[in-house]
Amino acid sequence: MTVRDVAREAYREALPALAASLVGGLVAGVILSGMRAELRAVPGLLVLVPALLATRGNVYGSLGARISTALHQGLIEPRVRGGDERLRAAVAAALANGLLVSTFAAAAAFAVLTLLGDTVAPFPILVATALVSGILSGVALAGVVVTAVFAGYRRGRDPDTLVGPLVTTTGDLFGMLFLLVAVRFVLAVAGVL
Amino acid sequence: MPTEWTVRAITRAMLPVLLVLTLVEIGSGLVLGQFEAQLLRYPSLLALVPVTIGTAGNLGSVLAARLSTSFHLGTLSFDIDDEHLVGNAAATFALALSIFPIVGVGAWGLTALVSGVRLSLWTVVAISVASGIALAVLVIVVTLSATYVAYRFSLDPDDVVIPVVTNTCDVLGVVVLFATVQALL
Repeated sequence: MTVRDVAREAYREALPALAASLVGGLVAGVILSGMRAELRAVPGLLVLVPALLATRGNVYGSLGARISTALHQGLIEPRVRGGDERLRAAVAAALANGLLVSTFAAAAAFAVLTLLGDTVAPFPILVATALVSGILSGVALAGVVVTAVFAGYRRGRDPDTLVGPLVTTTGDLFGMLFLLVAVRFVLAVAGVL
Repeated sequence: MPTEWTVRAITRAMLPVLLVLTLVEIGSGLVLGQFEAQLLRYPSLLALVPVTIGTAGNLGSVLAARLSTSFHLGTLSFDIDDEHLVGNAAATFALALSIFPIVGVGAWGLTALVSGVRLSLWTVVAISVASGIALAVLVIVVTLSATYVAYRFSLDPDDVVIPVVTNTCDVLGVVVLFATVQALL
């Protein structure tokens, strides 16, 4: 193979996945740019954004990879109903890890900003926003990853090649959408209290 | 060895890495916080943030995965005229050149539709393309160095290189965007 052949093959293989995540990233960006009022109302929220988005990608990407490996090995059946015990454990672990890490991110952002002497929203507001968005996006992403990987596998597609683009696209999109829902919900509740 | 499928075992395998990566991502969040005022003033720049981070991370993870496969197949050598090394690096650069103009036009166009823009289309595209070119170079340097280190210390590049590269490139995405905005605005 010449350099040109290697480059052409690498380009062709990577372009569809990058294009898919481009769409997810752009929609997430538009949601973020529509969140300016909330970003002003909750100082420190912007600092949390990369950590929360990366957590969605890391946790649910790993869930997807785990399920697709198990399908290849015949460890689980591609059915949501009937509730395979292993599948339930994997989804529960992803949700639990997602929530733990989101809370940790909120606490770490609060601690660092306080140490730096920057303005930062009250601790309960940041943690509640991270938790609510973690629950909502976690349930949505687990549902999408499990059904899409199963559906792809039943149609004879290799789930390994589905997981990456699927999670980067929906992870950004749901991560940002539910962050907006969560921060509005938390601010509304805080306003009532 | 595969992890057992229980909540406890999966958590024990994943949580430490996730916590460390979160601290790294908080670092990139702090860089965002440094130019929060500019981002809030120009919504089209805010719209560039997730897509720039995502594309930089993806370019890194694709290059790392491909180099790691060549490495496992024994076709990779760390030589300036190795065709896998040069070809994959060239593809990363070409991918960045194809994607980042669309990133700029898309971010400007969608923001114009949804919340209104204050910067011209050309400014946003220039920021996006300049960031993309700088990121392509950095992604190539970071990925080749990480793969080389894994190779020298006989670590499996699949385990180490991909998560390190993806999250480093996430952070670089924010840093480069920050630097480009300061240079061009």
